[in-house]
Amino acid sequence: MKKFISPAAGALLSGIVFGIGLSLSGMTNPAKVIGFLDIFGNWDPSLAFVMGGALIPAVVGFNVKRRNGRLAWACEAPSAGVTKSLVIGAAVFGIGWGLAGFCPGPAVVRLVFWDTRVLVFVAAMLAGMAGARWGMKSATGEG
Amino acid sequence: MNPDFLYAFAGGLLIGAAVWILFAFSGKYAGISGILGQLLSPPIPLWAVLFAVGLPLGGLLYRLITGGAPDAVITTPLPLLVVAGLLVGAGTRIGNGCTSGHGICGLGRFSKRSLVATCTFMAMGMITVFLRGRWL
Repeated sequence: MKKFISPAAGALLSGIVFGIGLSLSGMTNPAKVIGFLDIFGNWDPSLAFVMGGALIPAVVGFNVKRRNGRLAWACEAPSAGVTKSLVIGAAVFGIGWGLAGFCPGPAVVRLVFWDTRVLVFVAAMLAGMAGARWGMKSATGEG
Repeated sequence: MNPDFLYAFAGGLLIGAAVWILFAFSGKYAGISGILGQLLSPPIPLWAVLFAVGLPLGGLLYRLITGGAPDAVITTPLPLLVVAGLLVGAGTRIGNGCTSGHGICGLGRFSKRSLVATCTFMAMGMITVFLRGRWL
């Protein structure tokens, strides 16, 4: 497969298809995302189908491999353990996601329409990423 | 049936296809927060730049295909967007992934870490929306 599309072209194509998928799914609408998270209120469960739909090609793509000329199930589940930073980070992300209704992908997709609020969110997100990187380096004594 | 479910499912299939494309042709996982993180720390890999440029291009193409339907208006106040952005940025780097990295790539590989992360951010998102509806 690597022969007819280069890794660089594959990355561009993947980003474009990802951006179309996020737009079509409703994930780029923060009000809809907040509606999905509002399970105790006026719950809109439709966005659960985004993850359901996305997992079908992802599971096949990651776990079905060619062996001796035929396709076979070859799942190699990562064995790394759950850490404190994984849980803390995911919790912090979840709070931000619930506040704005934006996760990173949909915010970047909407950059193309040059909306002030999207620009502010993405700038703050990149600052948060840079800050976390700096903080983690300091904490571990690196750099 | 509410067409939103169909849009969500079809969009999800495309997102999964994109994850597959990046893995098959570029050998990378489409975790968007991780890819954005790579853009902040030189040397910046070309594939990460191209993927990140592709996302808004996809948004533009979608608008052209659908005949220019405007995006949903964002009503969240600016200060709250700043706080949310900082939390999303920091949280995804500390927790090593976001909705795409843990929720699709990680779960797609049956990673226990990603299952824990996905349940955590979903639960915290739900609690945050619940509390915000009460107090803010």
